[in-house]
Amino acid sequence: MTKSVLLGVAALLGACAAPLPIGERPRVNGDDIDQVTAVLKRDFHVRGAAKMDRVEQDVVQRTCNLYADSPPPEVAKPLEAAQLKAVRYPAGSLLGDWKRGQRIAQSGRGMQWNDKPGAPAGGSCYNCHELSPQEASFGTVGPSLKAFGRTRGNGPDMQKYVYGKIYNAKAFNLCSNMPRLGHSRTLTEQQIKDLTAYLLDPASPVNR
Amino acid sequence: MRTVTFGAVLALTFAPAYAQDAKKEIQKYQQMITEGSPVELYELEGEDLWKKRQGPKNVSLEQCDLGMGPGRLKGAYAHLPRHFPDTDRVMDLEARLLHCMLTLQGRDLKEATKRVFGNADRPSEMEYLSAYIAGQSRGVPVSPGMEHPKERAAFELGRKLFFNRAGPWDFSCASCHGEEGKRIRMQDLPVLSTPQAARPVVATWPAYRVSNSQFKTMQWRINDCYRQMRMPEPTFVSEATIAMNMFLTVTGNSEPYRGPGTKR
Repeated sequence: MTKSVLLGVAALLGACAAPLPIGERPRVNGDDIDQVTAVLKRDFHVRGAAKMDRVEQDVVQRTCNLYADSPPPEVAKPLEAAQLKAVRYPAGSLLGDWKRGQRIAQSGRGMQWNDKPGAPAGGSCYNCHELSPQEASFGTVGPSLKAFGRTRGNGPDMQKYVYGKIYNAKAFNLCSNMPRLGHSRTLTEQQIKDLTAYLLDPASPVNR
Repeated sequence: MRTVTFGAVLALTFAPAYAQDAKKEIQKYQQMITEGSPVELYELEGEDLWKKRQGPKNVSLEQCDLGMGPGRLKGAYAHLPRHFPDTDRVMDLEARLLHCMLTLQGRDLKEATKRVFGNADRPSEMEYLSAYIAGQSRGVPVSPGMEHPKERAAFELGRKLFFNRAGPWDFSCASCHGEEGKRIRMQDLPVLSTPQAARPVVATWPAYRVSNSQFKTMQWRINDCYRQMRMPEPTFVSEATIAMNMFLTVTGNSEPYRGPGTKR
């Protein structure tokens, strides 16, 4: 009896001085997401091309936030399928010009408030991926894509996969770190074809 | 000469040698830029601005209370962000400085925030003042407010913001600062949600940046991350930015402050 009272008091005191959850990722629910979005709406402002609608989350972002980027398959699969269905594949060959693709892979411009509106964006590929062995300055957030076409082949199925992955990485892995470069209208159809060629063309430095 | 040989032996002992060499070179460069850093000049300029009479009331900032009492600067920066009873708000250094400019000096918000981030040719008033005030906390352990309910709420909000994915590229802060050992191009990315990575960061900001010859504040650091996340612009010293600063500072608390730092 006395013991349980003491325990109760101890718990109460503990709750008052509870240490902050340092180093832990928070578990968020729908209300938390709505709160954060409302804060962003109040405390951020439009600048250049960066309009305020960008703080609103689509179903993919909201789901990944709710599940800390690891949604169960029964949640992820239908959403991935819906994303894949919305990928628009151009008619004809999916292989563009790897030389133009290289410049797109190098450029980190696009969609930032200080980027010239209407100017062509880059894919920021080298920020996260190793590609050509001639480029030593590459990031490691994404996997190495060195010799991608040489080791994976470059037939029609592979072309379709690469084009689709660049267009919408979330169609293949719902909470991938990679931006949806076609879906977000960052890159044009031709630019994605050029990047596909950069990865798959045997003449591209990626494969040499 | 002996150290060179010793270094070579080390490089041979630990594979891969190339990565070791590259890391060593970067460390050497870091040491070199720190030794030749102009941070002190920013601190001196900041001291002049702190004492300069300005605004409609023609007074200096010397009576500004940064949390340790009016005009007391020793260790003040190391205890920010914190809750201030007079405003009933959690404030970081720049928020509090702005508050003093408006109240003590009687300046207008628009005028005082017209140019909060400077450039290499003309640094901003906030940058100079931040350098001076942060410098008065060297050796003092970083210990932001963690007791007041609003301080705790700021940490919680910052923590949620850090992991919140949004924008056309679906980025959160954790998209880049979420996994150990990753880098963007050649830049190593600290996992800022962990104490071991956050400590050296909060112990050295604000900082002088060698690559563009500019002194940068924490408000700028947060602003520029959101630019790269393709988000709209965070409003200067808004609650969201202070919450983010609070989250990072609490996560990295306890290490003695040794800034203003010098970055790549």
